[in-house]
Amino acid sequence: MTRYFTDEHEWIDVDGDVATVGITDYAQSQLGDIVFVELPAVGTSVEKGKDAAVVESVKAASDVYAPITGEVTEVNPALEEDPALVNSAPEGDGWFFKMTIGDSGQLEGLMDAAAYKDFVASL
Amino acid sequence: MNAPNQSGWKPAMIASEDGMHNGPATTTGNRALMLEEPLLFEIGRSDVTGVDLPPVDADAPTRLGALGRSEAIGLVGLTEPETVRHYTRLSRQNYGIDLGFFPLGSCTMKHNPRLNEKVARLPGFADVHPLSPQNAVQGALDVIHQLGGWLCTLTGMPAVAMSPKAGAHGELCGILAIRAAHEARGDAREVVLVPESAHGTNPATAAFANYRVEDIPATPEGRVDVAALKARLGPDVAAVMITNPNTCGLFEKDFREIADAVHAAGGYVYCDGANFNAIVGKVRPGDLGVDAMHINLHKTFSTPHGGGGPGSGPVVLSEALAPYAPLPFVRQQTDGTFYLVEEENREERGPSFGRMTAFHGQMGMFTRALTYMLSHGADGLKQVAEDAVLNANYILRSMEDILHAPFAGSGPCMHEALFGDKDFTGGLSTLDVAKGLIDEGYHPMTVYFPLVVHGAMLVEPTETESKATIDQFITAFRAVVERALAGDEALKQAPYYAPRRRLDETAAARKPKLAFEG
Repeated sequence: MTRYFTDEHEWIDVDGDVATVGITDYAQSQLGDIVFVELPAVGTSVEKGKDAAVVESVKAASDVYAPITGEVTEVNPALEEDPALVNSAPEGDGWFFKMTIGDSGQLEGLMDAAAYKDFVASL
Repeated sequence: MNAPNQSGWKPAMIASEDGMHNGPATTTGNRALMLEEPLLFEIGRSDVTGVDLPPVDADAPTRLGALGRSEAIGLVGLTEPETVRHYTRLSRQNYGIDLGFFPLGSCTMKHNPRLNEKVARLPGFADVHPLSPQNAVQGALDVIHQLGGWLCTLTGMPAVAMSPKAGAHGELCGILAIRAAHEARGDAREVVLVPESAHGTNPATAAFANYRVEDIPATPEGRVDVAALKARLGPDVAAVMITNPNTCGLFEKDFREIADAVHAAGGYVYCDGANFNAIVGKVRPGDLGVDAMHINLHKTFSTPHGGGGPGSGPVVLSEALAPYAPLPFVRQQTDGTFYLVEEENREERGPSFGRMTAFHGQMGMFTRALTYMLSHGADGLKQVAEDAVLNANYILRSMEDILHAPFAGSGPCMHEALFGDKDFTGGLSTLDVAKGLIDEGYHPMTVYFPLVVHGAMLVEPTETESKATIDQFITAFRAVVERALAGDEALKQAPYYAPRRRLDETAAARKPKLAFEG
């Protein structure tokens, strides 16, 4: 399984022809306590770089962008009851949604863990 | 004559060993004459009432049928003095502009002159009914007409729609006029461009009017990225919405260039006039190429944001958009009398896009705003902008040596000074500074807005504060910031002296309790 990162602080895990998307630990630390997550409906077509979900913290509401183009196949049901999962396990149990991979070529433009770490350090 | 109290003696406050001014706990939980107040539901009884109602005849005929109540309504019973005291006690824990400095950025919490209130309460204005015959309310129509004239003169715009009832309502009015103008020539445009530092209402308005919203980035100096905006313009862009001065407290000096480019691409320019306070009498938005701009009467022309009453958001319109203005509008006849153009005036209403409200707008705010204008005069309104900008720059330059001011190098700020929390240590944040200011006796500044600055603190002193007041605030603000820079752990627990200690905002948002549970 390979994990990629975007410069908008989403991560995407690729496992065969399914990808899992969430926001990074850096993103949750910047947002502060997450109080609500609005997830896309299963079956929604999402487009690389366009709004896919909304995350709301005590400070602000922010868009979460689709790292690649594809169709949403599953959303994390635990986030509705417990949005704090995004704070406690952003890159694990706090995942947002799973999606199909419309164009695997889009993954090549994303960062790997080391490149993302350098990117965050540069901010 | 001797100055009073030369020795400076004051009665002592009770101080405990930890310096918290806490004496022994009281039996009641009250602190001297500051009273701890329970909820109405906690003090009310079912067998008490403040109103002497006759007994109900259970056998009296009723036509309610199945709609009649089957159980008690559940209202609490209180005597009249209990009710009066409840709300008076709560009001003592409230904080408002009449109590002290209120530097809430982007809100223009300025003093509301008492003269405005006196005029608004004149029976001829206060008791006017929107369905009164027009010949009986000529004075009120004259006020609307005169006020509209002032707004057109101050903005350099040919027309104004008076009926929108708040800033965001005015935004919608302007965007609907833009949509009507495009549609009138069969031009179906889909996109509205909004800078990333915009008020949240801007993208919300465009989306509500069924446009797709796209962000325009800012430059490092805090202004709209003109090159990025120009690159995005095209036949699908209906309008751009730009706040000027913007929410970073900066004047968008390239506004004319932006407006010309938008017009060349067939779009319209919406200006969010929420910050007009900083430029009133100095800059006419019409000269900058604006097609539509709302004016927050309740901010720029005195009553504080929200004001404890209605807002009012008239919209000035360019020649291109004026025909689409919403009904009704006031016109003057050659004999000097006034009349309203409504739906039935088919010839005069033209291609108006319709109506924003049932009646003519917020009469109470109209009278206050016109009173403010007439009492200040044209020269006074110009001084309003000058003093608002001077006060904000005084705060910016008094703080920038210790507090991160991301745009301090972009030139003078306008009516508000923007800071960030970059240099705080020990895990302290903007929120801790805000809470620390409460202990110092100040309503905090706006925090975490605009989003483009990390841990934003937006301070707007307004023109109505004296130098002495601002100096006292700077002293307190610097003291709290010094604690945040030094990583003072105690600041994380502030406020210590407010009626309630720090509230758990996260729990309140995650698990809100929206009804009283006895």
